[in-house]
Amino acid sequence: MRFGIVVFPGSNCDHDAFWGIKHELGFPVNFLWHRQMDLEGSDCIVLPGGFAHGDYLRGGAIARFSPVMDAVLDHARKGRPVVGICNGFQVLLEIGLLPGALLRNDSLRFCNKPINLRVERAQSSFTSGYNVGEVLELPIAHGQGKYYADSDTLEELDSANRILFRYCSPGGEFGVEWNPNGSLRDIAGICNAEGNVLGMMPHPERYMNERLGGIDGKPLFLAIAEAFS
Amino acid sequence: MTALVHITPKPDILDPQGKAVGSALRDLGYHEVAEVRVGKYITLEIEPKEGEDVRARLDEMCRRLLANINVETYRIEITES
Repeated sequence: MRFGIVVFPGSNCDHDAFWGIKHELGFPVNFLWHRQMDLEGSDCIVLPGGFAHGDYLRGGAIARFSPVMDAVLDHARKGRPVVGICNGFQVLLEIGLLPGALLRNDSLRFCNKPINLRVERAQSSFTSGYNVGEVLELPIAHGQGKYYADSDTLEELDSANRILFRYCSPGGEFGVEWNPNGSLRDIAGICNAEGNVLGMMPHPERYMNERLGGIDGKPLFLAIAEAFS
Repeated sequence: MTALVHITPKPDILDPQGKAVGSALRDLGYHEVAEVRVGKYITLEIEPKEGEDVRARLDEMCRRLLANINVETYRIEITES
């Protein structure tokens, strides 16, 4: 299982993902510069967090047209795995691999802290290492993370079980006080209908070592490797 | 010619930035301010080719890049000068 991490000008979680996947999990991994059109044999593509192209216009709006994204689209359409984290999630929405948009946090503040999220579905290529209802701790770090979609899309996501993670309390309850950005239906992460594209705001790549805060991010990458090897 | 593109959040989208600006204006004593929406204003200098449909191309630019039509609306003005 080879991971390829796309590097846009302004990406800043690319090295976290690289380090975690290589040193904590031991998978081969390489960086893919956004101008290249070749994925160099990567099995799983990671679109990392950061501020691609300065987040000018809207988060992900310009990155979505980077040359590498044609290859990423093609990869996704073949059913191969693509994970967008934080800014990478924004890129997936802008390119249309996932529905909806990410708006400015209700608080208007950049929010940078560990939060809890509940695993809503374990039968997916991304969450098979967790149990349904399990409460994870992962860090968030974003100013525009409020998930928004029209009501038909929200219904579709819910009924097709495509909401994989929701913000919750440490005990697993939902409520505005546990939702850090105002996301509709407490959505923290969703997948596409085919189940090979994941977008999420929290950062699993930052929690792969106890000394860095936790290891709740590890099972996600291990699940991908198991599902798509 | 110059094209002016106004981009604003759709009416049904909560605009927390506009709300914050609105409450700041009311704090300053401008109680007549009922609602504020904050958007973007983009100017483009256009040098169209002969026979090119400028408005259609601007519309395409808005839909493909300048606006996110899931959550924003846009309005294009073209001024000859």
